[in-house]
Amino acid sequence: MLAYTSRRIVYVIPIVLSVALVCFLLVHITPGDPLVAVLPADASQELAAQLRSAYGFDRPLPVQFGLWLWRAIHGDLGNSIATGRPVLSEVMRAVGNTVMLAIAAAMIGFTLGLLFGLIAGYFRDTWVDKVATSVAIAGVSLPHYWLGMVLVIIFSVQLNWLPAVGAGPGGSGAWAWDWEHMRYLVLPAITTSVIPMGIVTRTVRALTGDILSQDFVEALRAKGLRETGVFRHVVKNTAPTALAVMGLQLGYMLGGSILIETVFSWPGSGLLLNSAIFQRDLPLLQGTILVLALFFVLLNLLVDIAQAAIDPRIKRS
Amino acid sequence: MSAMPDTALQAAPATKARGYWATVGRRIRRDKVSMACAIILVLIFASALLAPWLHLADPYQGSMIRRLRHIGTPGYPLGTDELGRDMLARLIYGGRLSLVIGILPVILAFLIGTSLGLVAGYVGGKLNTAIMRTVDVFYAFPSVLLAIAISGALGAGITNSIVSLTIVFVPQITRVAESVTTGVRNMDFVEAARASGAGPFTIMRVHMLGNVLGPIFVYATGLISVSMILAAGLSFLGLGTKPPEPEWGLMLNTLRTAIYVNPWVAALPGAMIFAVSICFNLLSDGMRSAMDIRN
Repeated sequence: MLAYTSRRIVYVIPIVLSVALVCFLLVHITPGDPLVAVLPADASQELAAQLRSAYGFDRPLPVQFGLWLWRAIHGDLGNSIATGRPVLSEVMRAVGNTVMLAIAAAMIGFTLGLLFGLIAGYFRDTWVDKVATSVAIAGVSLPHYWLGMVLVIIFSVQLNWLPAVGAGPGGSGAWAWDWEHMRYLVLPAITTSVIPMGIVTRTVRALTGDILSQDFVEALRAKGLRETGVFRHVVKNTAPTALAVMGLQLGYMLGGSILIETVFSWPGSGLLLNSAIFQRDLPLLQGTILVLALFFVLLNLLVDIAQAAIDPRIKRS
Repeated sequence: MSAMPDTALQAAPATKARGYWATVGRRIRRDKVSMACAIILVLIFASALLAPWLHLADPYQGSMIRRLRHIGTPGYPLGTDELGRDMLARLIYGGRLSLVIGILPVILAFLIGTSLGLVAGYVGGKLNTAIMRTVDVFYAFPSVLLAIAISGALGAGITNSIVSLTIVFVPQITRVAESVTTGVRNMDFVEAARASGAGPFTIMRVHMLGNVLGPIFVYATGLISVSMILAAGLSFLGLGTKPPEPEWGLMLNTLRTAIYVNPWVAALPGAMIFAVSICFNLLSDGMRSAMDIRN
């Protein structure tokens, strides 16, 4: 297990470096001068040159990348142009809110997805299967930002049950685990949970079908095992793949939260990314994307290791 | 040619053996869900294409006195938007841009990704490693994040949104194409083509392309669903087209302010995105099971 884990970690290093390179290059594919956002319109040539060397934009690209990477490894992602505060602390504060949203959504989406998937796969081609597969396909085809709007229309505008936007009555600053605050989490979490619910349902349904058609299930039944026992074996066999899919989905929820956070003004990393884009705050844009991508890579690594821990066959291949 | 009547032909069974694609086509035509989706899509595409000849209201002509009319108002079957423009006209005209920015990235990615995957899978070796490791890098980003990162860095605009989505989908199609090609590469008929003196280009184009295209095509059809949602999402964020252009994602964004006044009109553009997206998804599922002849 230790050998497998260390091998996986070694594999991840080139990926992390390439991710850093992509994030770095993002700023350099931007049209126009990266200083546009900070320079006043009537800035003199000297001031522009001064700032350019202060940000290091006058050096050759590979040197800039080296310096940027060196600082990034030491936790320095530069300062936000808009607020002047360190990018890393801005991002980490926002990521906390996104993680909270993603975990709440994962609890809803994964529970329903596993339940629907197992039932649909086990009772294949019955009406239960048809309902579950329809819900799943609607889930993966829904423009989630639209679903968010529709939920706001129903539960906030028409019924006035739940708040439409924000993360608490006192703004984003003070979160508490009481109903006053958690009310704000309900609609964004349900909206976020729909895609993972659909994907987990589809995956688990297909897996369950495959497993049920294998010989060992026949053997279990032949030796007289009751159906509940057979079902237990099926569940166990879906675990490694289901886990991998759920890990990936959790990563998508963390990294792809921008649309939902925009709809609900949820103060997470997605909303931060949104403001970085529209204020042309390039260090913040670069930093947020780097942190989110690294979270995604790390999560994939953890899933791989967990999968190998559950299913020893993976270690050998 | 022999003058004798061909007895073998006469003895042949009355029904002609169907080819693979004819069988697949027949199976799809029998699938009610797939056919319903195909019809809905044809209607949406045709109305978008023929919009100028459908005697619709001007989608750009607003009016301050008839803003946010409800669905079913006489003269405005789907109401009016926040600037008093006819929603029916805007939804139909909106299809033109929305469908292009949703589907074009997948077509471009299909062309690029299939070529890359075919070459990587057929040539193998170092070229395969180079292509597939590059693809891996893009898999280190959640696709929404990658699309928004590229789009956000390039700046708002239709071209940039199409470019960013193409970049998001190329790695995915390349992976599928590569794995299908690797599966076909070692089959006997490829070996036979090589033995008969066909060059690598001819083998890829004549002998392999037809065998790998099916699964890649099905995958790409399913991607259109994702692409429609993402393309409209980029416009929704303000990274796609600019007002007053009718486009479903942008319309959804500008109508957000109207949800307290006329919520169901505000939700209409999203319903269009959903309809196109679910139809492509169901069609992709239908094609996949139709092509799985063993069932």
